[in-house]
Amino acid sequence: MSESLYDKIGGEAAVNVAVDIFYRKVLADDRISRFFDGVDMDRQAAKQKAFLTMAFGGPNNYTGEDMRRGHAHLVAQGLNDSHFDAVMENIAATLTELNVPGDLIAQAAAIAESTRNDVLGK
Amino acid sequence: MTRIVFHGQSYDCGEKQSVLDCLTSSGVPVPSSCRAGVCQTCLMRAVKGKVPPEAQKGLKPTLVEQNYFMACSCRPNEELEVAFPEEGTGKLSASVIGIEPLNPEISRVKLYPAGPFEYRAGQYVNLFKDESTVRSYSLASVAELDGYLELHVRKIPQGKVSTWIHDVLGPGDQIEMSEAAGDCFYAHGNPDQGLLLIGTGSGLAPLYGIIRDALHNGHKGPIHLFHGSLNVDGLYLVDELREMAEKYPNFSYTPCISEGEAPQGYAFGTVLDVALAEVPRISGWRVYLCGNPAMVNAAKKKAFLAGASMRDIYADPFVPAS
Repeated sequence: MSESLYDKIGGEAAVNVAVDIFYRKVLADDRISRFFDGVDMDRQAAKQKAFLTMAFGGPNNYTGEDMRRGHAHLVAQGLNDSHFDAVMENIAATLTELNVPGDLIAQAAAIAESTRNDVLGK
Repeated sequence: MTRIVFHGQSYDCGEKQSVLDCLTSSGVPVPSSCRAGVCQTCLMRAVKGKVPPEAQKGLKPTLVEQNYFMACSCRPNEELEVAFPEEGTGKLSASVIGIEPLNPEISRVKLYPAGPFEYRAGQYVNLFKDESTVRSYSLASVAELDGYLELHVRKIPQGKVSTWIHDVLGPGDQIEMSEAAGDCFYAHGNPDQGLLLIGTGSGLAPLYGIIRDALHNGHKGPIHLFHGSLNVDGLYLVDELREMAEKYPNFSYTPCISEGEAPQGYAFGTVLDVALAEVPRISGWRVYLCGNPAMVNAAKKKAFLAGASMRDIYADPFVPAS
């Protein structure tokens, strides 16, 4: 059996490092930081870790319905494709910072991209 | 097959079945999301029994010490009694040993619990004035060092419980209180880690306890305490903390004043600005933030952006009762 994307990226240890880098980028990104105002940062970090685990091809049981429900209140506040694009950029920048090879970044980006319609409630 | 006890009911948990599946399949609603042991939505606490380590992966050390676990990845090997995190704990009575002023607004309240009382310095207790009038106060005492419980209570104008404590209570009085709760305390391990502690007003109470607990446990890394108020009158325990800083080379104390002029020995500025200017790089540090909610919430974000990991930030905003 060939090594999975999750193992190639570095498994849980990689996600633990990536989540702090990713969350800092998101909070510093004026395009999307407002969606994170007033949220419990601990809970948010845990959710982002779950999201990155999924994008890295790791264990998850998220359904499209979970993604829809979890973001519906943000869609009501105007969450749209441009914000999703910004998150995608931050994921790629995080992985680049961690020296993950480009082909693996592309695979992770494709998994994250697959949630777009559910996240945006389309 | 093991058993799960929840709210006094017993549930059969199949081999390889998770606590989450066991409870939800029996009709007990447990919130969940990723169901892969990551997002912590299904966080619960084991009141009795030992939780397998994989159910605590990624949790903050202080949550692990209190037997919190993720129900989705908990496949227990033995009987567990479980509860939701926010569920109230038991009540016990305590007698007041003494109440003495620390500054014009804040008093030190010493209590002696009626029975065995387990806690960690920095956790809080709920004090009951009566059945429906309850306020939370942090524990400044350290179980291994002090033979009593110590709270720092700020008298809030028209505050139902704080004015009662200041004006009515006295030595010998009996009061009701909850067991200790909260995850803002010194977790054992990692003795070389730097500790940054920032507090305003009576937010010093948990920090004072945490620092004494850390030093008592032989913490070796640098420990920086910043305590802020508008003026010198709002600070307290200044001499004691200066003496501690003399005694322990790895402990430093900076009292901060944000109005008027700071006398010698005090830093001028808001406590958060002073702290982050003096300790700008806190990557790998443990951070404790207590007191004014606006300060605590701003500090949480700034500490994180300054490099502290989210799981190393412990925040206790003192939200006033409405």
